[in-house]
Amino acid sequence: MADAKRNGIKVWVNGAELSVPPDCTAAAAVARAGVTMHRRSVEGHARGPLCGMGVCMECRVTINGELHQRGCQTLCMDGMRIETAEVASDA
Amino acid sequence: MKRAYDILIAGGGIVGAACADELARRGADVCVVEAECAGSGATAAGMGHVVVMDDSEAQFALNHCSQQLWNELREALPENCEFDGCGTLWAAADEEEMNEARRKADHYAARGVAAEILDSAALAEAEPNLRPGLAGALFVPGDSVVFAPCVAKWLLDRAMENGATLITGKRIVELRSDGAVLNDGSIISAKRMVNAAGSLAPQLTPGIPVRPRKGHIVVTDRYPGFVRHHITELGYLKNAHASDRDSVSFVVQRRMTGQVLLGSSRQFDVTDAAIEPGILARMIQRALEYMPGLGQLNTIRCWAGFRAATPDNLPLIGPHPTRENLWLATGHEGLGITMAPGTGRLLADLMLDGEALIDPAPYLPARFANSEARHG
Ligand SMILES: Cc1cc2nc3c(=O)[nH]c(=O)nc-3n(C[C@H](O)[C@H](O)[C@H](O)COP(=O)(O)OP(=O)(O)OC[C@H]3O[C@@H](n4cnc5c(N)ncnc54)[C@H](O)[C@@H]3O)c2cc1C
Ligand code: FES
Repeated sequence: MADAKRNGIKVWVNGAELSVPPDCTAAAAVARAGVTMHRRSVEGHARGPLCGMGVCMECRVTINGELHQRGCQTLCMDGMRIETAEVASDA
Repeated sequence: MKRAYDILIAGGGIVGAACADELARRGADVCVVEAECAGSGATAAGMGHVVVMDDSEAQFALNHCSQQLWNELREALPENCEFDGCGTLWAAADEEEMNEARRKADHYAARGVAAEILDSAALAEAEPNLRPGLAGALFVPGDSVVFAPCVAKWLLDRAMENGATLITGKRIVELRSDGAVLNDGSIISAKRMVNAAGSLAPQLTPGIPVRPRKGHIVVTDRYPGFVRHHITELGYLKNAHASDRDSVSFVVQRRMTGQVLLGSSRQFDVTDAAIEPGILARMIQRALEYMPGLGQLNTIRCWAGFRAATPDNLPLIGPHPTRENLWLATGHEGLGITMAPGTGRLLADLMLDGEALIDPAPYLPARFANSEARHG
Protein backbone atom coordinates (compact mmCIF):
# COMPACT_ATOMS: atom_id res chain seq x y z
CA MET A 1 0.00 0.00 0.00
CA ALA A 2 2.75 2.34 0.95
CA ASP A 3 4.27 0.93 -2.21
CA ALA A 4 1.49 2.19 -4.43
CA LYS A 5 3.21 5.54 -4.85
CA ARG A 6 6.69 4.13 -4.96
CA ASN A 7 5.88 1.43 -7.49
CA GLY A 8 4.40 3.90 -9.86
CA ILE A 9 5.83 2.89 -13.22
CA LYS A 10 4.85 -0.05 -15.31
CA VAL A 11 7.47 -1.67 -17.53
CA TRP A 12 7.85 -4.96 -19.35
CA VAL A 13 10.91 -7.16 -18.94
CA ASN A 14 11.05 -9.92 -21.54
CA GLY A 15 7.29 -9.64 -21.91
CA ALA A 16 6.48 -9.83 -18.20
CA GLU A 17 4.79 -6.80 -16.65
CA LEU A 18 6.49 -5.24 -13.64
CA SER A 19 5.92 -2.22 -11.40
CA VAL A 20 8.98 -0.20 -10.50
CA PRO A 21 9.54 2.98 -8.50
CA PRO A 22 10.33 6.27 -10.22
CA ASP A 23 14.06 6.76 -10.78
CA CYS A 24 14.43 3.02 -11.29
CA THR A 25 16.94 2.21 -14.04
CA ALA A 26 16.25 -0.38 -16.69
CA ALA A 27 19.09 -2.46 -15.22
CA ALA A 28 17.41 -2.38 -11.82
CA ALA A 29 14.10 -3.35 -13.41
CA VAL A 30 15.78 -6.34 -15.04
CA ALA A 31 17.19 -7.35 -11.66
CA ARG A 32 13.79 -6.94 -10.03
CA ALA A 33 12.36 -9.25 -12.66
CA GLY A 34 14.87 -11.88 -11.51
CA VAL A 35 16.88 -11.82 -14.73
CA THR A 36 20.66 -11.75 -14.36
CA MET A 37 21.90 -12.02 -17.94
CA HIS A 38 21.49 -8.84 -19.98
CA ARG A 39 23.23 -9.94 -23.13
CA ARG A 40 25.68 -12.43 -24.57
CA SER A 41 29.25 -11.60 -25.50
CA VAL A 42 30.50 -12.12 -29.04
CA GLU A 43 31.58 -15.60 -27.99
CA GLY A 44 28.27 -16.37 -26.36
CA HIS A 45 29.09 -15.80 -22.70
CA ALA A 46 26.50 -14.35 -20.33
CA ARG A 47 26.96 -10.66 -19.50
CA GLY A 48 25.31 -8.37 -16.99
CA PRO A 49 25.84 -5.00 -15.28
CA LEU A 50 29.38 -4.51 -14.00
CA CYS A 51 30.29 -0.88 -13.43
CA GLY A 52 26.84 0.57 -12.94
CA MET A 53 28.05 3.90 -14.25
CA GLY A 54 27.85 3.74 -18.01
CA VAL A 55 31.40 2.80 -18.81
CA CYS A 56 31.68 -0.96 -19.27
CA MET A 57 28.78 -1.43 -21.72
CA GLU A 58 28.07 -4.87 -20.25
CA CYS A 59 24.50 -4.04 -19.22
CA ARG A 60 23.20 -3.46 -22.73
CA VAL A 61 19.60 -4.45 -23.41
CA THR A 62 17.06 -3.76 -26.11
CA ILE A 63 14.73 -0.94 -25.08
CA ASN A 64 11.57 -0.28 -27.05
CA GLY A 65 13.13 -2.15 -29.96
CA GLU A 66 16.40 -0.21 -29.93
CA LEU A 67 19.41 -2.48 -29.65
CA HIS A 68 22.38 -1.96 -27.33
CA GLN A 69 20.93 0.50 -24.80
CA ARG A 70 22.79 0.71 -21.50
CA GLY A 71 20.41 -0.52 -18.81
CA CYS A 72 22.26 1.27 -16.02
CA GLN A 73 21.98 4.64 -17.76
CA THR A 74 18.36 4.46 -18.83
CA LEU A 75 15.57 5.48 -16.47
CA CYS A 76 12.36 3.47 -16.66
CA MET A 77 9.43 5.15 -18.32
CA ASP A 78 5.86 4.03 -18.16
CA GLY A 79 5.20 1.31 -20.74
CA MET A 80 8.88 0.76 -21.52
CA ARG A 81 9.75 -2.61 -23.05
CA ILE A 82 13.06 -4.05 -21.99
CA GLU A 83 14.46 -7.17 -23.57
CA THR A 84 17.51 -9.12 -22.56
CA ALA A 85 19.52 -11.64 -24.53
CA GLU A 86 17.11 -14.56 -24.22
CA VAL A 87 14.55 -12.56 -26.11
CA ALA A 88 16.33 -9.86 -28.09
CA SER A 89 16.79 -10.75 -31.73
CA ASP A 90 20.54 -10.15 -31.70
CA ALA A 91 21.13 -12.59 -28.85
CA MET B 1 74.94 -20.41 -41.24
CA LYS B 2 73.76 -17.27 -42.98
CA ARG B 3 72.15 -17.78 -46.36
CA ALA B 4 70.91 -15.43 -49.01
CA TYR B 5 67.21 -15.59 -49.74
CA ASP B 6 66.06 -15.39 -53.34
CA ILE B 7 63.66 -12.59 -52.46
CA LEU B 8 63.21 -10.38 -49.41
CA ILE B 9 59.84 -8.61 -49.04
CA ALA B 10 59.63 -5.48 -46.92
CA GLY B 11 56.13 -5.37 -45.40
CA GLY B 12 53.58 -8.02 -44.46
CA GLY B 13 50.41 -6.10 -45.30
CA ILE B 14 48.02 -7.73 -47.74
CA VAL B 15 50.16 -6.77 -50.74
CA GLY B 16 53.40 -8.13 -49.28
CA ALA B 17 51.50 -11.23 -48.15
CA ALA B 18 50.00 -11.85 -51.59
CA CYS B 19 53.42 -11.42 -53.20
CA ALA B 20 55.01 -13.82 -50.70
CA ASP B 21 52.27 -16.38 -51.27
CA GLU B 22 52.59 -16.28 -55.03
CA LEU B 23 56.42 -16.27 -55.07
CA ALA B 24 56.72 -19.09 -52.53
CA ARG B 25 54.17 -21.21 -54.38
CA ARG B 26 56.37 -20.99 -57.45
CA GLY B 27 59.37 -22.17 -55.53
CA ALA B 28 61.21 -18.96 -54.66
CA ASP B 29 62.98 -18.83 -51.29
CA VAL B 30 61.23 -15.85 -49.72
CA CYS B 31 61.69 -13.89 -46.51
CA VAL B 32 59.11 -11.33 -45.35
CA VAL B 33 60.11 -8.70 -42.79
CA GLU B 34 57.17 -6.99 -41.11
CA ALA B 35 57.74 -4.25 -38.55
CA GLU B 36 54.54 -4.90 -36.62
CA CYS B 37 52.50 -8.05 -37.20
CA ALA B 38 51.01 -9.79 -40.21
CA GLY B 39 48.35 -7.62 -41.82
CA SER B 40 48.97 -4.33 -40.06
CA GLY B 41 49.38 -0.98 -41.83
CA ALA B 42 46.58 0.11 -44.14
CA THR B 43 45.47 -3.50 -44.38
CA ALA B 44 44.22 -3.35 -40.80
CA ALA B 45 42.65 0.09 -41.33
CA GLY B 46 40.78 -0.40 -44.60
CA MET B 47 37.21 -1.41 -45.32
CA GLY B 48 38.04 -4.61 -47.19
CA HIS B 49 35.79 -3.82 -50.12
CA VAL B 50 36.73 -5.95 -53.11
CA VAL B 51 35.41 -3.76 -55.88
CA VAL B 52 35.80 -3.51 -59.63
CA MET B 53 36.48 0.15 -60.44
CA ASP B 54 36.55 1.76 -63.83
CA ASP B 55 38.43 5.04 -63.44
CA SER B 56 40.81 3.86 -66.15
CA GLU B 57 41.26 0.76 -68.31
CA ALA B 58 44.48 -0.12 -66.49
CA GLN B 59 42.78 0.16 -63.11
CA PHE B 60 39.92 -1.98 -64.36
CA ALA B 61 42.25 -4.66 -65.77
CA LEU B 62 44.11 -5.19 -62.49
CA ASN B 63 40.90 -4.97 -60.44
CA HIS B 64 39.06 -7.38 -62.65
CA CYS B 65 41.75 -10.04 -62.73
CA SER B 66 42.17 -9.61 -58.96
CA GLN B 67 38.49 -10.12 -58.40
CA GLN B 68 38.63 -13.37 -60.33
CA LEU B 69 41.55 -14.44 -58.14
CA TRP B 70 39.55 -13.48 -55.04
CA ASN B 71 36.73 -15.69 -56.21
CA GLU B 72 39.19 -18.56 -56.59
CA LEU B 73 40.51 -17.91 -53.06
CA ARG B 74 37.03 -17.71 -51.60
CA GLU B 75 36.53 -21.45 -51.04
CA ALA B 76 39.88 -21.84 -49.32
CA LEU B 77 39.60 -18.82 -47.00
CA PRO B 78 38.85 -19.63 -43.36
CA GLU B 79 35.78 -18.18 -41.69
CA ASN B 80 37.70 -15.43 -39.88
CA CYS B 81 38.44 -13.83 -43.27
CA GLU B 82 34.71 -13.01 -43.43
CA PHE B 83 34.35 -13.23 -47.19
CA ASP B 84 30.92 -11.75 -47.89
CA GLY B 85 29.66 -11.63 -51.46
CA CYS B 86 27.20 -8.85 -50.66
CA GLY B 87 27.77 -6.75 -53.80
CA THR B 88 28.09 -2.98 -54.18
CA LEU B 89 25.28 -0.47 -54.40
CA TRP B 90 26.39 2.80 -56.02
CA ALA B 91 23.74 5.17 -54.70
CA ALA B 92 22.56 7.98 -56.99
CA ALA B 93 21.05 11.04 -55.32
CA ASP B 94 19.71 12.74 -58.44
CA GLU B 95 19.27 12.42 -62.21
CA GLU B 96 22.82 13.50 -62.94
CA GLU B 97 24.16 10.72 -60.78
CA MET B 98 21.67 8.30 -62.31
CA ASN B 99 23.21 9.09 -65.69
CA GLU B 100 26.57 8.19 -64.23
CA ALA B 101 25.08 4.95 -62.88
CA ARG B 102 23.84 4.12 -66.39
CA ARG B 103 27.18 4.98 -67.95
CA LYS B 104 28.92 2.76 -65.42
CA ALA B 105 26.44 -0.06 -66.09
CA ASP B 106 27.14 0.05 -69.83
CA HIS B 107 30.86 0.26 -69.20
CA TYR B 108 30.78 -2.83 -66.99
CA ALA B 109 28.45 -4.73 -69.31
CA ALA B 110 30.84 -4.15 -72.21
CA ARG B 111 33.60 -5.73 -70.09
CA GLY B 112 31.68 -8.73 -68.86
CA VAL B 113 30.91 -7.45 -65.34
CA ALA B 114 27.30 -7.96 -64.23
CA ALA B 115 25.57 -4.76 -63.16
CA GLU B 116 21.95 -3.79 -62.69
CA ILE B 117 20.16 -0.44 -62.48
CA LEU B 118 17.77 -0.05 -59.54
CA ASP B 119 15.12 2.65 -59.60
CA SER B 120 14.20 4.68 -56.54
CA ALA B 121 11.66 2.14 -55.23
CA ALA B 122 13.93 -0.85 -55.82
CA LEU B 123 16.74 0.91 -53.97
CA ALA B 124 14.45 1.69 -51.03
CA GLU B 125 13.51 -1.97 -50.88
CA ALA B 126 17.11 -3.13 -51.11
CA GLU B 127 18.28 -0.73 -48.36
CA PRO B 128 15.35 0.45 -46.22
CA ASN B 129 17.56 2.62 -44.01
CA LEU B 130 18.65 4.89 -46.86
CA ARG B 131 16.86 8.23 -46.93
CA PRO B 132 13.72 8.08 -49.06
CA GLY B 133 13.77 9.85 -52.37
CA LEU B 134 17.17 8.86 -53.71
CA ALA B 135 17.09 8.56 -57.49
CA GLY B 136 18.27 4.94 -57.62
CA ALA B 137 21.44 2.94 -57.76
CA LEU B 138 23.74 0.73 -59.73
CA PHE B 139 24.00 -2.74 -58.19
CA VAL B 140 27.18 -4.71 -58.86
CA PRO B 141 26.52 -8.18 -57.46
CA GLY B 142 30.00 -9.60 -58.05
CA ASP B 143 31.76 -7.27 -55.57
CA SER B 144 32.43 -8.50 -52.08
CA VAL B 145 33.83 -7.64 -48.67
CA VAL B 146 36.63 -9.34 -46.75
CA PHE B 147 38.42 -8.94 -43.42
CA ALA B 148 41.80 -8.09 -44.88
CA PRO B 149 44.16 -8.52 -41.87
CA CYS B 150 43.08 -12.13 -41.48
CA VAL B 151 43.48 -12.72 -45.21
CA ALA B 152 47.02 -11.30 -45.02
CA LYS B 153 47.82 -13.57 -42.09
CA TRP B 154 46.39 -16.57 -43.94
CA LEU B 155 48.37 -15.79 -47.10
CA LEU B 156 51.57 -15.47 -45.05
CA ASP B 157 50.84 -18.78 -43.31
CA ARG B 158 50.39 -20.41 -46.71
CA ALA B 159 53.64 -18.86 -47.91
CA MET B 160 55.39 -20.34 -44.88
CA GLU B 161 53.91 -23.75 -45.66
CA ASN B 162 55.65 -23.32 -48.99
CA GLY B 163 58.94 -22.59 -47.30
CA ALA B 164 58.84 -18.82 -46.79
CA THR B 165 60.30 -17.18 -43.67
CA LEU B 166 58.40 -14.49 -41.78
CA ILE B 167 60.14 -12.11 -39.40
CA THR B 168 57.79 -9.88 -37.41
CA GLY B 169 58.44 -7.12 -34.92
CA LYS B 170 61.58 -5.93 -36.66
CA ARG B 171 61.81 -2.85 -38.83
CA ILE B 172 63.96 -2.59 -41.91
CA VAL B 173 66.11 0.52 -41.60
CA GLU B 174 67.87 0.17 -44.93
CA LEU B 175 67.11 -1.71 -48.13
CA ARG B 176 70.34 -2.44 -50.00
CA SER B 177 71.05 -4.15 -53.29
CA ASP B 178 72.14 -7.31 -51.47
CA GLY B 179 69.79 -7.40 -48.51
CA ALA B 180 68.31 -5.41 -45.67
CA VAL B 181 69.52 -3.97 -42.40
CA LEU B 182 67.07 -4.39 -39.52
CA ASN B 183 66.62 -2.12 -36.53
CA ASP B 184 68.40 -4.59 -34.25
CA GLY B 185 71.48 -4.31 -36.44
CA SER B 186 71.09 -7.71 -38.05
CA ILE B 187 71.43 -8.12 -41.78
CA ILE B 188 69.26 -10.32 -43.98
CA SER B 189 70.92 -11.20 -47.26
CA ALA B 190 68.86 -11.62 -50.40
CA LYS B 191 69.34 -11.53 -54.14
CA ARG B 192 66.37 -9.29 -54.81
CA MET B 193 64.26 -7.01 -52.58
CA VAL B 194 60.59 -6.07 -52.89
CA ASN B 195 59.43 -2.87 -51.23
CA ALA B 196 55.84 -3.61 -50.17
CA ALA B 197 55.80 -1.21 -47.23
CA GLY B 198 52.57 0.51 -48.26
CA SER B 199 52.46 4.23 -47.51
CA LEU B 200 55.82 3.92 -45.72
CA ALA B 201 57.54 2.66 -48.87
CA PRO B 202 59.29 6.01 -49.59
CA GLN B 203 61.13 5.74 -46.25
CA LEU B 204 62.92 2.69 -47.64
CA THR B 205 63.13 3.88 -51.23
CA PRO B 206 63.32 7.67 -51.25
CA GLY B 207 62.15 9.38 -54.39
CA ILE B 208 59.32 7.06 -55.39
CA PRO B 209 56.11 8.98 -56.13
CA VAL B 210 54.04 7.69 -53.19
CA ARG B 211 52.23 10.01 -50.79
CA PRO B 212 50.33 8.94 -47.68
CA ARG B 213 46.63 9.72 -47.92
CA LYS B 214 44.84 9.53 -44.62
CA GLY B 215 41.40 8.00 -44.17
CA HIS B 216 39.06 7.66 -41.19
CA ILE B 217 36.70 4.76 -40.44
CA VAL B 218 34.00 4.29 -37.81
CA VAL B 219 32.65 0.93 -36.67
CA THR B 220 29.37 0.46 -34.83
CA ASP B 221 28.05 -2.14 -32.50
CA ARG B 222 26.16 -5.12 -33.98
CA TYR B 223 22.94 -4.26 -35.79
CA PRO B 224 22.22 -7.21 -38.08
CA GLY B 225 20.28 -6.21 -41.18
CA PHE B 226 20.66 -2.45 -40.75
CA VAL B 227 22.84 -2.32 -43.89
CA ARG B 228 22.68 -5.11 -46.45
CA HIS B 229 25.41 -4.31 -49.00
CA HIS B 230 28.48 -2.20 -49.42
CA ILE B 231 27.02 1.18 -50.36
CA THR B 232 29.00 4.03 -51.92
CA GLU B 233 27.57 7.35 -53.04
CA LEU B 234 28.04 8.35 -56.65
CA GLY B 235 28.23 11.93 -55.40
CA TYR B 236 31.99 11.60 -55.16
CA LEU B 237 31.90 12.79 -58.75
CA LYS B 238 30.80 16.21 -57.57
CA ASN B 239 32.82 16.58 -54.40
CA ALA B 240 36.56 16.84 -54.18
CA HIS B 241 37.23 13.14 -53.73
CA ALA B 242 39.38 12.91 -56.80
CA SER B 243 41.36 16.07 -56.11
CA ASP B 244 44.12 17.01 -53.71
CA ARG B 245 41.76 18.72 -51.27
CA ASP B 246 40.49 17.14 -48.05
CA SER B 247 37.25 15.37 -48.82
CA VAL B 248 34.63 13.08 -47.37
CA SER B 249 32.12 10.80 -48.99
CA PHE B 250 29.40 8.42 -47.86
CA VAL B 251 30.49 4.80 -47.73
CA VAL B 252 28.77 2.27 -45.52
CA GLN B 253 29.29 -1.44 -45.34
CA ARG B 254 27.72 -4.41 -43.62
CA ARG B 255 30.01 -6.80 -41.81
CA MET B 256 29.30 -10.47 -41.24
CA THR B 257 29.19 -9.68 -37.51
CA GLY B 258 26.23 -7.35 -37.98
CA GLN B 259 28.49 -4.36 -37.40
CA VAL B 260 28.39 -1.37 -39.72
CA LEU B 261 31.59 0.16 -41.09
CA LEU B 262 31.36 3.80 -42.01
CA GLY B 263 33.76 5.78 -44.21
CA SER B 264 35.43 7.63 -45.64
CA SER B 265 37.74 10.61 -45.69
CA ARG B 266 40.77 11.53 -47.77
CA GLN B 267 43.56 13.87 -46.67
CA PHE B 268 47.01 14.49 -48.03
CA ASP B 269 49.92 15.99 -46.10
CA VAL B 270 49.07 14.50 -42.72
CA THR B 271 51.26 11.79 -41.25
CA ASP B 272 49.79 11.62 -37.77
CA ALA B 273 47.29 8.75 -37.44
CA ALA B 274 45.35 10.52 -34.66
CA ILE B 275 41.60 10.86 -35.10
CA GLU B 276 40.70 14.36 -36.32
CA PRO B 277 37.29 15.36 -34.98
CA GLY B 278 36.76 18.00 -37.66
CA ILE B 279 36.96 15.75 -40.68
CA LEU B 280 35.36 12.87 -38.79
CA ALA B 281 32.36 15.08 -38.07
CA ARG B 282 32.12 16.03 -41.76
CA MET B 283 32.26 12.38 -42.71
CA ILE B 284 29.52 11.39 -40.27
CA GLN B 285 27.40 14.36 -41.32
CA ARG B 286 27.65 13.22 -44.93
CA ALA B 287 26.63 9.70 -43.94
CA LEU B 288 23.62 11.00 -42.00
CA GLU B 289 22.39 12.80 -45.11
CA TYR B 290 22.13 9.43 -46.82
CA MET B 291 21.27 7.21 -43.87
CA PRO B 292 19.69 9.25 -41.04
CA GLY B 293 19.14 6.17 -38.84
CA LEU B 294 22.89 5.79 -38.43
CA GLY B 295 22.59 8.52 -35.81
CA GLN B 296 20.83 6.09 -33.45
CA LEU B 297 23.55 3.45 -33.60
CA ASN B 298 26.31 3.07 -31.03
CA THR B 299 29.82 3.60 -32.31
CA ILE B 300 32.38 1.40 -30.66
CA ARG B 301 35.59 2.61 -32.26
CA CYS B 302 37.09 4.85 -34.89
CA TRP B 303 40.55 4.92 -36.38
CA ALA B 304 42.58 6.30 -39.25
CA GLY B 305 45.02 4.72 -41.69
CA PHE B 306 47.10 5.69 -44.69
CA ARG B 307 46.63 4.79 -48.32
CA ALA B 308 49.68 4.90 -50.57
CA ALA B 309 48.70 7.35 -53.31
CA THR B 310 50.46 7.82 -56.67
CA PRO B 311 50.06 10.71 -59.13
CA ASP B 312 48.16 8.60 -61.70
CA ASN B 313 46.16 6.51 -59.23
CA LEU B 314 47.79 3.29 -60.39
CA PRO B 315 50.08 1.12 -58.28
CA LEU B 316 53.82 0.68 -58.72
CA ILE B 317 54.50 -2.97 -59.58
CA GLY B 318 57.83 -3.99 -61.08
CA PRO B 319 61.52 -3.21 -60.99
CA HIS B 320 62.75 0.13 -59.68
CA PRO B 321 63.90 2.10 -62.73
CA THR B 322 67.41 2.72 -61.46
CA ARG B 323 68.19 0.81 -58.28
CA GLU B 324 69.69 -2.61 -58.72
CA ASN B 325 67.83 -5.68 -57.44
CA LEU B 326 65.01 -3.56 -56.08
CA TRP B 327 61.36 -4.15 -56.94
CA LEU B 328 58.26 -2.24 -55.90
CA ALA B 329 54.77 -3.41 -54.98
CA THR B 330 53.01 -0.43 -53.48
CA GLY B 331 50.97 2.66 -54.38
CA HIS B 332 47.53 1.02 -54.44
CA GLU B 333 45.75 4.02 -52.82
CA GLY B 334 42.22 2.94 -51.85
CA LEU B 335 42.23 -0.36 -53.74
CA GLY B 336 45.12 -2.35 -52.34
CA ILE B 337 42.95 -4.99 -50.73
CA THR B 338 41.08 -5.52 -53.97
CA MET B 339 44.24 -5.57 -56.07
CA ALA B 340 46.47 -7.62 -53.76
CA PRO B 341 45.96 -11.01 -55.46
CA GLY B 342 46.53 -9.57 -58.94
CA THR B 343 49.58 -7.69 -57.69
CA GLY B 344 51.08 -10.87 -56.22
CA ARG B 345 50.44 -12.72 -59.44
CA LEU B 346 51.83 -9.98 -61.65
CA LEU B 347 54.94 -9.45 -59.55
CA ALA B 348 55.69 -13.17 -59.50
CA ASP B 349 55.10 -13.34 -63.25
CA LEU B 350 57.59 -10.53 -63.79
CA MET B 351 60.19 -11.71 -61.28
CA LEU B 352 60.16 -15.42 -62.06
CA ASP B 353 58.61 -16.22 -65.42
CA GLY B 354 58.89 -13.11 -67.49
CA GLU B 355 55.43 -13.70 -68.92
CA ALA B 356 52.60 -11.73 -67.36
CA LEU B 357 48.93 -12.50 -66.78
CA ILE B 358 47.95 -8.98 -67.88
CA ASP B 359 49.90 -6.22 -69.60
CA PRO B 360 52.24 -4.95 -66.85
CA ALA B 361 53.18 -1.71 -68.63
CA PRO B 362 50.71 0.67 -66.89
CA TYR B 363 51.98 -0.36 -63.44
CA LEU B 364 55.72 -0.38 -64.10
CA PRO B 365 57.56 2.13 -61.88
CA ALA B 366 59.60 3.14 -64.93
CA ARG B 367 56.69 5.34 -66.04
CA PHE B 368 57.83 7.88 -63.44
CA ALA B 369 61.55 7.55 -64.19
CA ASN B 370 61.85 11.07 -65.57
CA SER B 371 60.01 12.89 -62.84
CA GLU B 372 62.05 11.01 -60.26
CA ALA B 373 65.28 12.11 -61.84
CA ARG B 374 64.00 15.68 -61.60
CA HIS B 375 62.97 15.42 -57.97
CA GLY B 376 66.01 13.44 -56.94
C1 LIG C 1 40.43 4.20 -44.54
C2 LIG C 1 40.85 3.24 -45.63
C3 LIG C 1 39.89 2.49 -46.29
C4 LIG C 1 40.26 1.59 -47.28
N1 LIG C 1 39.30 0.82 -47.87
C5 LIG C 1 39.67 -0.07 -48.83
C6 LIG C 1 38.70 -0.92 -49.44
O1 LIG C 1 37.52 -0.91 -49.06
N2 LIG C 1 39.10 -1.75 -50.44
C7 LIG C 1 40.40 -1.81 -50.85
O2 LIG C 1 40.70 -2.57 -51.78
N3 LIG C 1 41.34 -1.03 -50.28
C8 LIG C 1 41.00 -0.18 -49.28
N4 LIG C 1 41.95 0.64 -48.72
C9 LIG C 1 43.31 0.56 -49.21
C10 LIG C 1 44.02 -0.65 -48.66
O3 LIG C 1 43.83 -0.73 -47.26
C11 LIG C 1 45.50 -0.56 -48.98
O4 LIG C 1 45.69 -0.24 -50.34
C12 LIG C 1 46.20 -1.88 -48.71
O5 LIG C 1 45.93 -2.35 -47.41
C13 LIG C 1 47.68 -1.73 -48.93
O6 LIG C 1 48.32 -2.90 -48.50
P1 LIG C 1 49.89 -2.91 -48.41
O7 LIG C 1 50.27 -4.27 -48.00
O8 LIG C 1 50.48 -2.34 -49.66
O9 LIG C 1 50.24 -1.82 -47.31
P2 LIG C 1 50.03 -1.88 -45.73
O10 LIG C 1 48.82 -2.63 -45.37
O11 LIG C 1 50.18 -0.50 -45.24
O12 LIG C 1 51.24 -2.77 -45.26
C14 LIG C 1 52.55 -2.30 -45.24
C15 LIG C 1 53.26 -3.06 -44.15
O13 LIG C 1 54.63 -2.75 -44.18
C16 LIG C 1 55.10 -2.66 -42.87
N5 LIG C 1 56.28 -1.82 -42.91
C17 LIG C 1 56.34 -0.50 -43.24
N6 LIG C 1 57.61 -0.07 -43.17
C18 LIG C 1 58.37 -1.14 -42.79
C19 LIG C 1 59.76 -1.31 -42.54
N7 LIG C 1 60.62 -0.30 -42.65
N8 LIG C 1 60.20 -2.54 -42.16
C20 LIG C 1 59.32 -3.58 -42.04
N9 LIG C 1 57.99 -3.45 -42.27
C21 LIG C 1 57.53 -2.25 -42.64
C22 LIG C 1 53.95 -2.04 -42.11
O14 LIG C 1 54.03 -2.35 -40.73
C23 LIG C 1 52.74 -2.67 -42.78
O15 LIG C 1 52.29 -3.83 -42.11
C24 LIG C 1 41.61 1.50 -47.68
C25 LIG C 1 42.57 2.25 -47.01
C26 LIG C 1 42.21 3.11 -45.98
C27 LIG C 1 43.27 3.88 -45.26
S1 FES D 1 26.86 -1.54 -15.99
FE1 FES D 1 28.63 -0.76 -16.97
S2 FES D 1 27.75 0.47 -18.51
FE2 FES D 1 26.02 -0.25 -17.46
